Amino acid sequence: MNKLYHKVDNIAGNVITLRAPGIKYRELAEVTSRTGTSLAQVIRLQNEEVSLQVFAGARGVATDARVRFLARPMQIPYSESLLGRVFTGAGKPRDKGPTLHGGEVPIGGPSVNPAKRIIPRNMVRTGIPMIDVFNTLVESQKLPIFARAGEPFNPMLARIALQAEVDVIILGSMGLKHDDYLYFRDTLEESGALSRSVMFVHTAADPVVECLLVPDVCLAVAEQFALEGKRVLTLLTDMTNFADAMKEIAITMEQIPSNRGYPGDLYSQLAARYEKAVDFDTAGSITILAATTMPGDDVTHPVPDNTGYITEGQFYLSGGRIEPFGSLSRLKQQVNKDTRDDHRVIMDSLIQLFAGYRETLEKQTMGFRMSKWDQKLLKYGQRFEKEMMDLSVNIPLEKALDLGWEILADCFDPMETDIQSDVIEKFWPKRNAKDAEEKESGEDKTDTKKPATKDEKPEQDEQSNSDKDKE
Amino acid sequence: MNQTSGKIAGINGNMITVAFEGAVSQNEVGYACLDDLRLMCEVVRIRGKKADMQVFEDTTDLSIGDTVEFTGELLSAELGPGLLTQVYDGLQNPLPRLAEQCGFFLQRGVYLDALPREQKWSFSPTAKVGDTLTAGETLGTVPEGIFEHRIMVPFSLPGNWKVEKIAGKGDFTVTDTIATLSDEQGHETNVSMMQRWPVKLPIQAYAERLRPEDTLVTKVRSVDTFFPVAKGGTYCIPGPFGAGKTVLQQLTSRNADVDIVIIAACGERAGEVVETLREFPELTDPRTGKSLMERTVIICNTSSMPVAAREASVYTGVTLAGYYRQMGLNVLLLADSTSRWAQALRETSGRLEEIPGEEAFPAYLESVIASFYERGGIVRLKDGSIGSVTIGGTVSPAGGNFDEPVTQATLKVVGAFHGLSRARSDARRYPAIDPIDSWSKYPSVVDQEDIAFARDIIKRGTEIGQMIKVVGEEGTAMDDFIVHLKGEYLDAVYLQQSGFDPIDAATDADRQKTVFHVTTEFLRTPMSFKDKEEARHFFHQLTQLHKDWNRASMEDDAFKEIEKKLRNLVGEVSTDE
Ligand SMILES: Nc1ncnc2c1ncn2[C@@H]1O[C@H](COP(=O)(O)OP(=O)(O)O)[C@@H](O)[C@H]1O
Ligand SMILES: [Mg+2]
Repeated sequence: MNKLYHKVDNIAGNVITLRAPGIKYRELAEVTSRTGTSLAQVIRLQNEEVSLQVFAGARGVATDARVRFLARPMQIPYSESLLGRVFTGAGKPRDKGPTLHGGEVPIGGPSVNPAKRIIPRNMVRTGIPMIDVFNTLVESQKLPIFARAGEPFNPMLARIALQAEVDVIILGSMGLKHDDYLYFRDTLEESGALSRSVMFVHTAADPVVECLLVPDVCLAVAEQFALEGKRVLTLLTDMTNFADAMKEIAITMEQIPSNRGYPGDLYSQLAARYEKAVDFDTAGSITILAATTMPGDDVTHPVPDNTGYITEGQFYLSGGRIEPFGSLSRLKQQVNKDTRDDHRVIMDSLIQLFAGYRETLEKQTMGFRMSKWDQKLLKYGQRFEKEMMDLSVNIPLEKALDLGWEILADCFDPMETDIQSDVIEKFWPKRNAKDAEEKESGEDKTDTKKPATKDEKPEQDEQSNSDKDKE
Repeated sequence: MNQTSGKIAGINGNMITVAFEGAVSQNEVGYACLDDLRLMCEVVRIRGKKADMQVFEDTTDLSIGDTVEFTGELLSAELGPGLLTQVYDGLQNPLPRLAEQCGFFLQRGVYLDALPREQKWSFSPTAKVGDTLTAGETLGTVPEGIFEHRIMVPFSLPGNWKVEKIAGKGDFTVTDTIATLSDEQGHETNVSMMQRWPVKLPIQAYAERLRPEDTLVTKVRSVDTFFPVAKGGTYCIPGPFGAGKTVLQQLTSRNADVDIVIIAACGERAGEVVETLREFPELTDPRTGKSLMERTVIICNTSSMPVAAREASVYTGVTLAGYYRQMGLNVLLLADSTSRWAQALRETSGRLEEIPGEEAFPAYLESVIASFYERGGIVRLKDGSIGSVTIGGTVSPAGGNFDEPVTQATLKVVGAFHGLSRARSDARRYPAIDPIDSWSKYPSVVDQEDIAFARDIIKRGTEIGQMIKVVGEEGTAMDDFIVHLKGEYLDAVYLQQSGFDPIDAATDADRQKTVFHVTTEFLRTPMSFKDKEEARHFFHQLTQLHKDWNRASMEDDAFKEIEKKLRNLVGEVSTDE
């Protein structure tokens, strides 16, 4: 019933061509040769010449390989039994569980009608002040984590996944190190979240074409769960590997590259995946968090650059912390008006003052005398870094806002914060001058004294300070 | 007419090669037949007996030998009453009705009428039997929401036409015949309230083009005061991602002082359009007291929708804009982002294996961009009334670098440049329009001399700021330091504008005149301070109070009170007699 062929004309990269009439565009085929059987997909038709992209790679495929066309595009079986399971990018079990059948849904399906979307409205609480206060994550948001290779983006993804209140977690990995895969699996297992998770895992050792399938497979499954009313969180790591796989294939297909070897449709390809994030009118939602490593720590590299234009903001992870500058949640304003009245004010003022702190730091390294204002900023900035930015901080939003006011009140006069008068009236911590003084000297002796005592007795400073200052 | 048809001979992504018999024209529309689905496509190249066509849909399941039917028509938009308040995709499919029919997902091959066919409009004739008219002249009008929608002699009819018959006052659908016209040879043609126009051709049924001279007030202070837009002018907003292009356009789409706004969401996030289409019906247009949606059309071909239709979407948008201009209205077309459209051209060009230009964009990129912006403009219509199309396009340069082909090609043809700066948006200085690099050729709402003075303060203030970084505050003269603080103050209270505070978000021309005058007066005031600390303290105070002022309605007493307080504050440090 299915058409069978035995003669492959050309093999280049992971693409084989053969002559076969009546084949449909994007149809799947099974390619069998001595090295085994792999799925392949039609990516070009030219008269009777069919180009197939072989998922497991063309290595070992012979000119007499057996090619059987399946008369259907790529699908993935969908059912509740996916939960708790681990698969490859092509949908084969990676754990010891059975192969699943039934409920097949196509991957890479059409996009959602914008008229059926709703405005996102639910905050996703992470317990990370740099997210909750400054760049609130919102249900149905698509957000990448930009980081240099080596930054702890995978632990951060895992932490958010466990902390967020979602019904289903879908993890898609592309070019993941095997250790990291085990880390995810074990973390989900230990916390008991594995039973509401599905993993599609492509590791660095697996065929590159399978890497390309991972986002589509994950999102096709996510979409089905969401249509059933579930809140789905999809984690993708690392999307730069996905883009690189596309680049590799585009080059073997002799496509004209646009920017540093990446194909001209990189933007559209990434967007097709990220835009699957959705809050359905009358059904569930898909939230996407995606690690995107920046080659050379360069945000203007085509992958992070195109990603940033597509996603609803980005978290920059740098030095193990979420950088306030450059990090952005574009959806935050949908939710931070309804959290607490002072949320936006705290968000804006703390950041503007932190920008001032950074400038002062620059001045300091250049050896300028620190004005009174500079010293206030220094004191503020150090507390901000320690009590807000550090990734180990895990407090609810409301606590973080309170903390924000405390830090402000400890460091500045109300007016210096540029906060509008009525808000100051309402939220500025009320304490008399003496209290404040006591609090200051009690809580962060070193920080307060530091600028004043610096020149006179540096040795003492060192003693009372942490290790890193000794050097 | 004899219908040409052909067979698919090749498929590569959304590009098909079709072997045809008969005549085919460039940009002609055809349909690829897949069982009972018909997928719309457009001829982009003809070589011998083969046409390359871009398909506006996903090509999965097509095969070699499938039939393609040619229509003999160019890609066209339906024009007539009922366009306003609609939400279309790039091919003018109404998305809400598509959702009613197909559910959550877009379904390929489903094309609905752009204009509702059953709805009746109450027509009042203005032309009489025996009148001689030309294309674009009015036959009658129908009320469409808050506007008087002109029913015109179709733009595609050349020469003079005599009115043979015209309907009386009454209710008609857009397809009912409302007039019969005859040309000089006596050939008769029936006219309805709907006409079709090829989107890639400009509508030119007007008397003459004029120079854009009147400011189009957007209520964004930094724009109207420093880098104004003119009615019938063109402008662009390039900026790296997250710099605020879309928010700026959203604010403009709400607040701009124009009759009609057409939003072309081209290849960007669906979520952003959803905000507009869910919020606009709830928002009141202060000019009319009606819902903002009544003056709006949304063309929405977001990034995951078919790429070829993305290219069509900006043309559909500008065609609708040109249509309403013919009614003597001021129309604003906002396209976000023109880079996505350029990228769509690049994808097509790549599949055609054309010789690529810079960054693989096609060599004709510049001329395509130029002719698009040329479709803006202010015109005198044949009846003497004036209409305009203003075009504002965002540009999304790769890596945020303005030296790339799309930004450069755009800068050559527009009348104003609002460059968004990463440094400003990082510092949350919104709108992040760079006050030094941006420019405009159009007239401002405030006094030219004040602007020159204020710009000078900003420029010097920034330079001094740079210098302070190098030599430190102690190495900076007090006078320079004050200029720096004045620059920062002007930035904080005037250039920066909260998009979320209802009062601050929209500053009309009158208020800009008043506030800018007071602000420059302060900037001109010579001041003296004991030391830099005191100066800084003063400007902190001034800034804070001025921000409160920005949030006070001009009608409220608070406005006058705060102004007085501000004047007192400045008076205390002034060395002027
Ligand atoms: N005028 C503004 N006021 C306040 N916030 C703004 C403003 N402009 C931009 N922002 C912030 O920056 C984010 C990105 O803006 P956006 O317009 O989407 O950027 P772009 O279109 O340039 O990528 C917004 O989600 C918002 O948080
Ligand atoms: Mg944008």
